Amino acid sequence: MGIDKKSEPLNRVDGRAKVTGKAKYFAEFEVPGVTFCVMVTSAITRGTVATINTKTAERAPGVLAVFTHLNMPAIPGWAEQGNNSKLPSGGEKYRMLGSNKILFNGQPIALVIADTLERAQHAASLVTATYNKAAHNTDLLKNKEKAAMPPRLGDYSRGTDKDAHNTAPVKLKADYTVPVEVHNPMELAGILAFWEGDDKLTVYAKTQGVKSTQRTLASAFKIDEKNVQVHSEFVGGGFGMGLRTWPQEVAVAAAALKLKKPVKLVMTREQMFTLVGYRPYTIQHISMGATQDGQLTGIYHEATAETASYDDFTEGAVSMTRFMYACPNVTTKYRIVPLDRGVPIWMRGPGEATGAFALESAIDEMAYKVNMDPLQFRLKNFAETDPERNKPFSSNNLKEAYQLGSEKIGWAKRNPAPASMKDGEWLVGYGMSTGVFGAHRGESTCRAQLNTDGTLVLQSATSDIGPGTSTAMVQIAHEVTGLPIEKIRFELGNAAFPPSGSQGGSATVSSVGSAVYDVCTALKGILTEAGLTFDNGAVKPAAGKSDSLQDVLSKQNKTFFEVTKSSKGGEEQGKYSMYSFSIHFAEVRVHPGTGVVRVKRVVTVADSGRIVSPKTAASQMIGGVTGGIGMALTEEGVIDHRFGRFVNNNLADYHVPVSADVPHIETIFIDKPDPYTNPMGSKGMGEIALIGFSAAVANAVYHATGKRIRELPITPDKVLSA
Amino acid sequence: MDDQLKNEEHTGTSRRSFLKKSSLITALALTPDPVLKAAEKGVDEQIASAIETMPLNVMINGVKQSVRIEPRVTLLDLLRERLHLTGTKKGCDHGQCGACTVHVDGERVNSCLTLALTTEGREVTTIEGLADGDNLHPMQEAFLEHDGFQCGYCTPGQIMSAVCCIREGHASTPEEVREYMSGNICRCGAYSNIVDAIMDVKQGGKKV
Repeated sequence: MGIDKKSEPLNRVDGRAKVTGKAKYFAEFEVPGVTFCVMVTSAITRGTVATINTKTAERAPGVLAVFTHLNMPAIPGWAEQGNNSKLPSGGEKYRMLGSNKILFNGQPIALVIADTLERAQHAASLVTATYNKAAHNTDLLKNKEKAAMPPRLGDYSRGTDKDAHNTAPVKLKADYTVPVEVHNPMELAGILAFWEGDDKLTVYAKTQGVKSTQRTLASAFKIDEKNVQVHSEFVGGGFGMGLRTWPQEVAVAAAALKLKKPVKLVMTREQMFTLVGYRPYTIQHISMGATQDGQLTGIYHEATAETASYDDFTEGAVSMTRFMYACPNVTTKYRIVPLDRGVPIWMRGPGEATGAFALESAIDEMAYKVNMDPLQFRLKNFAETDPERNKPFSSNNLKEAYQLGSEKIGWAKRNPAPASMKDGEWLVGYGMSTGVFGAHRGESTCRAQLNTDGTLVLQSATSDIGPGTSTAMVQIAHEVTGLPIEKIRFELGNAAFPPSGSQGGSATVSSVGSAVYDVCTALKGILTEAGLTFDNGAVKPAAGKSDSLQDVLSKQNKTFFEVTKSSKGGEEQGKYSMYSFSIHFAEVRVHPGTGVVRVKRVVTVADSGRIVSPKTAASQMIGGVTGGIGMALTEEGVIDHRFGRFVNNNLADYHVPVSADVPHIETIFIDKPDPYTNPMGSKGMGEIALIGFSAAVANAVYHATGKRIRELPITPDKVLSA
Repeated sequence: MDDQLKNEEHTGTSRRSFLKKSSLITALALTPDPVLKAAEKGVDEQIASAIETMPLNVMINGVKQSVRIEPRVTLLDLLRERLHLTGTKKGCDHGQCGACTVHVDGERVNSCLTLALTTEGREVTTIEGLADGDNLHPMQEAFLEHDGFQCGYCTPGQIMSAVCCIREGHASTPEEVREYMSGNICRCGAYSNIVDAIMDVKQGGKKV
């Protein structure tokens, strides 16, 4: 069982469609009679809409309808109102256009639908509203007293000496801040929806989960899931924002039903900051204790994060601290503060990216306190087994990863003293960090169809937001069957295909790949029964048989063989602790006069099992590091709390990294199969690529300058004033 | 802005009122019933849209396009929503991301900031027009080979920009490429590979 050889680097199987512009994303499907929806959003942050004037807009040329809370068609699944009992504050549920209540700034107050985009945009500008304003709270720092235990994430504690972090010979107490970060995939969010009759809905969606979108829409309109068709073959990036089917997408489907016309919504970039989630502003306190010779004795890690007043978003910001290091006494707490904001959603490296910034910064700080090299300090406190669950790791090659990465960057050659290295007038610094994310595997189903001409078609209702899902799946099928790459096609992004989970949590290759592996293995069995075999890249008669694939199919009156297999993990999932690991090394330049930080060189090492698709996996690591550079140095959603509004809700003012910010990035794969995660021996990669990287930069800035910046992003003002 | 909105609103209302009134006058003079029905069916809208549009003749990917459009239509929306050339992408509508980059008379422009009517008589090339039939342009080949993308959404804009980056003489070094490609955002973070692809094409010496 399993694939034992190393995989070859392969160009993306859907690459040609992407470089020629033929790949179609949700807004690009031609649907006859399509109409255009533009949203009008709230100018206040909390209160009610007192009056809304839609008359002028309704009379504008080409306008088909303007929907507000006064005339929005009912969405049956939203009928239940009331409060969210799970939320500590018991906040009122958010039902878009379901009432005149405003729960956050930028909340839609009207949908304008017209026959052309320009007419819809113009008419939307004609809608006017007056409000009854109420006092709002958007500032986490001013509302810390409201912090409450979330319903789904309890406190954690191990060890007999809860106070060890306070009583140790060497102590560190520090606070770390991660600001609001916004996914900002390049493709704008939205949906294209149309109905046949009043119970059959088709949507082209920007989603990371075609099945979850199907379920959400079916339940919103109380129709059969089979009657909701979701297409999402190409998705222009997600990073987590597509893990939910957002209220405005459901509302557009409702408008399409009412108007009996196809309706398309493409949101604005500005709206992408308020209506499709974000990484929540999170403050963290770490108290850490160690012996003089660098043995950790206690860690206390508390994170406090914002959520919406109407939803209890929670993420694993403190998870890494519970198991990463062999520390006898560990306590973690996570608290949420409901604010008058749209709800957050998982963003690449959800939870851990936030937590790892704090933990891996603190580890670096403690290493300096005990006069140890940060790498040696990590090795001294290395956890051979998972101290949280008291289980062995399914695989853990971190020590090898530390070694390979440090050699490549030249870690030992640096002068470890802070502010000791220069390159011209620039200060030079080296920093490192560890990243980790659970190696998850969910249930997934795949259908295989082997055609007369020897081509193999595989289908599963998964998504591809960019990592190269089809390429990896084709590679797995190629390795199991031996069929050439060009004879295998993997189809996804269609809710009518056999079910798979959403593309999230770095689990797609493990989950869907296992189903591909299993279905191809089953297909081999079917061929054996039929007297056929995969032989040297083709289907041939088995030894002692003479009928070809065509002969056999023709005798059975078939044009293809088909088989569908469902696949999920077994008892090994309970026996082992399964994680993917990354080690990041960053070399930075800091300008002492301006405080500018430049990332000069990066070496990133992934210990994520066997690498199924080396070329796309390398791109994923490079992409994660690039996102990490943004997190470390530039990205911050800034809210003017007087108004509860973003002041930088566009790509000119919210600085995602551009080419000039990103150096050449070297990636190293340990590329050793994990014996337990799945038949391919793979583990996830999308999250670990980013998790921890911001700490490597912060640690490098400390090494360069002797200044410890604990608040992201590390902008020049912070470097100069530290 | 407010004044401007009011003016537009005012103009819009007047035009429609005028059309309705003229329909009514004609209707009273002639046969009221069919004409009023026509008004209900939006005939006035059809007349209005004819008045509000202007002719545009532009070569797009070597094909002459003659269309009537409103002056406010951007080149990007003309391509995507009317001509169904959806390879050109919308990422911000503000000239901040570069996803909509096309060539106008051989120069890279943000099509979201270009009113379509300003391309009258000019030549527009989009990603769909870059390859020579089934033979990919060297830049498309290089992006494929170097995996210069992930989700693919910024890719057409990156490729169109990359071609001009070389044509402009701004691809002498990787550092120069980074500067001159920084108007094209890739959120998946493929920059490292994109720079490699562009340097490869530059050093390969093929005509771009």
